[in-house]
Amino acid sequence: MIIINGNELDVSGKTVSQYLREANYTTARVAVEINGDIVPKSEYDEVVLNDGDTVEIVSFVGGG
Amino acid sequence: MIIGKDQAQRYARHFVLKEIGAAGQKKLLQSKVLVIGAGALGSASIIYLAAAGVGTIGIADYDTVEISNLQRQVIHRKDRTGMKKTASAELSVKELDPDINVCRHDEMITPDNIGGIISGYDFVIDCTDRFETKFLINDACVISKKPYCHAGVVRFEGQAMTYVPDKGPCLRCLLGGVPSPEDTVTCAEAGVLGAVTGIIGSVQALEAIKYILGAGELLTGRVFTIDGLGMNTKVTSIPHPDPGCSVCGNSPSIMSVMDNRKEYEIRSCSL
Ligand SMILES: [Zn+2]
Repeated sequence: MIIINGNELDVSGKTVSQYLREANYTTARVAVEINGDIVPKSEYDEVVLNDGDTVEIVSFVGGG
Repeated sequence: MIIGKDQAQRYARHFVLKEIGAAGQKKLLQSKVLVIGAGALGSASIIYLAAAGVGTIGIADYDTVEISNLQRQVIHRKDRTGMKKTASAELSVKELDPDINVCRHDEMITPDNIGGIISGYDFVIDCTDRFETKFLINDACVISKKPYCHAGVVRFEGQAMTYVPDKGPCLRCLLGGVPSPEDTVTCAEAGVLGAVTGIIGSVQALEAIKYILGAGELLTGRVFTIDGLGMNTKVTSIPHPDPGCSVCGNSPSIMSVMDNRKEYEIRSCSL
């Protein structure tokens, strides 16, 4: 299991890109942190979610 | 500086706060905060900075007041439509407290002028309405080692985060770069509710005040988010900067905002 924003989800083996797409996030406007470290945008296609990972995803909006 | 009788009365509720007191009030009165954007976020930020006695408030905007601004930009008034937003905001500040010093910057913030404008201030608040400008402010503040508070709002949602040099990630650590127009919506396209911008703008003023006082915990390495419709708020801890960040990382490729000007050009079309 993987904890994403506090919820336990069975998504191990997916890449960050895959998960973001399936969960309907806009990749360009999110920050992703796995186990306390930021995942750079350039690594979203390679970084795989593993059992036991704690993931935080924050969406940003640009208005003001 | 000596705090006069009028000011002692005006700030009586600050004097009893142990985080402010007379010493903290003097710090606030001697501080200089720049607010970039006198729109919805700026309305809340500016008026709470003024009320708190931040002695010098810089206000940067090139726009004029329109009637469609008034449902959220509460610092402006109907009889000021057509007036420069900086001038309108200054009038509201002076009505609240004529002793606050307002510095108007009636120009568009560009890679060429931003360094000069931010250099005179202790803290910068980003109240602009586009990612392009938000990244320009981020990069300029990182390069000149200037603390600033980022924020964004659309519809009923918003976020805020404070950058302090060497204390946590910058906006570019988190998002990489300016999102493309297809990936963003503006308030003109998607709509926005004034009460939500008021919350986030107040958070930004609070961050500036805490920074000046050295009180409490800033939103450095933390992102505050609110979904006003579900009334869910959250603070997400993202403590570590990205060592590969192209502006604040170990070997930055952006050394000057002037050399990176292409990325800050407005690519989306909207009001
Ligand atoms: Zn950075």
